[in-house]
Amino acid sequence: MFASELLIAQNIGFFIIAALMVVGALRVVTTSNVVHAALWLVVVLAGAAAQYVLLAAEFVAVTQVLVYIGAVMVLFLFGTMLTRARIGAESDLNNKNWFVGLPVALTLLAAMLIALRDGFGNEKLPADAPLVSTQVLSDQIFGPYLLPFWALSFVLLAAVIGAIVLARRD
Amino acid sequence: MLLNEFLFLGAILFCIGVYGVIVRKNAVLVLMSIELILNSVNINLLAFSLRNGSADGQTFALYVIAVAAAEVGVGLALVLLVYRNSRSISLDELSEMKG
Repeated sequence: MFASELLIAQNIGFFIIAALMVVGALRVVTTSNVVHAALWLVVVLAGAAAQYVLLAAEFVAVTQVLVYIGAVMVLFLFGTMLTRARIGAESDLNNKNWFVGLPVALTLLAAMLIALRDGFGNEKLPADAPLVSTQVLSDQIFGPYLLPFWALSFVLLAAVIGAIVLARRD
Repeated sequence: MLLNEFLFLGAILFCIGVYGVIVRKNAVLVLMSIELILNSVNINLLAFSLRNGSADGQTFALYVIAVAAAEVGVGLALVLLVYRNSRSISLDELSEMKG
């Protein structure tokens, strides 16, 4: 699978980070402590940021750290603290239909892996691809993708107002 | 590096997220599983962005991150409201809308 011309150092880095991410994701969905799940999710999100750097997308990686690890995790921890009295392990976090989840997830995984293997095989990522700089990215956002950007601004505005309206005590 | 390394990682994370959405009863944990799914989608977008040598995938990944942030904000406000009304965020007990 790994020809000699593949970049070995990047591959080793990829597999270490990928193993960490998979372990963290499994812990997120299996742990019996909501705060621990949030902290394992930090591992997954940080690993994803590292993978973005490996994929030569440094601006997206920094945005991931700022938005997810900075803002979304704080929201999750606040949500956890505001909606439960006790901190610690709980036994009733799982659905009573939990046994349905495993076959569904495994079937989906098998289908996706087979489709990807047949579709892309041993296709390599270009090692000397032209780097997408942040300048190019901003030209994209404020050029051809300006209309989605405006729509996104309204989505964020609506989300902020909606969150205030929902969570406010009146 | 192979393209499929990243696509396999995205597929594995996606399926773990789907498993979490199905299995979990706690609403905050379901939102965390949705974050896993959105992150796996972002990995795929960036992998194809590098493969095609275009910035479209990165632009779209940024939009996905912004929408995910909005979703978490509204989602946690909803969870808070449900908790205030029923003193529980167990999704199995939210059956008031059942006919």
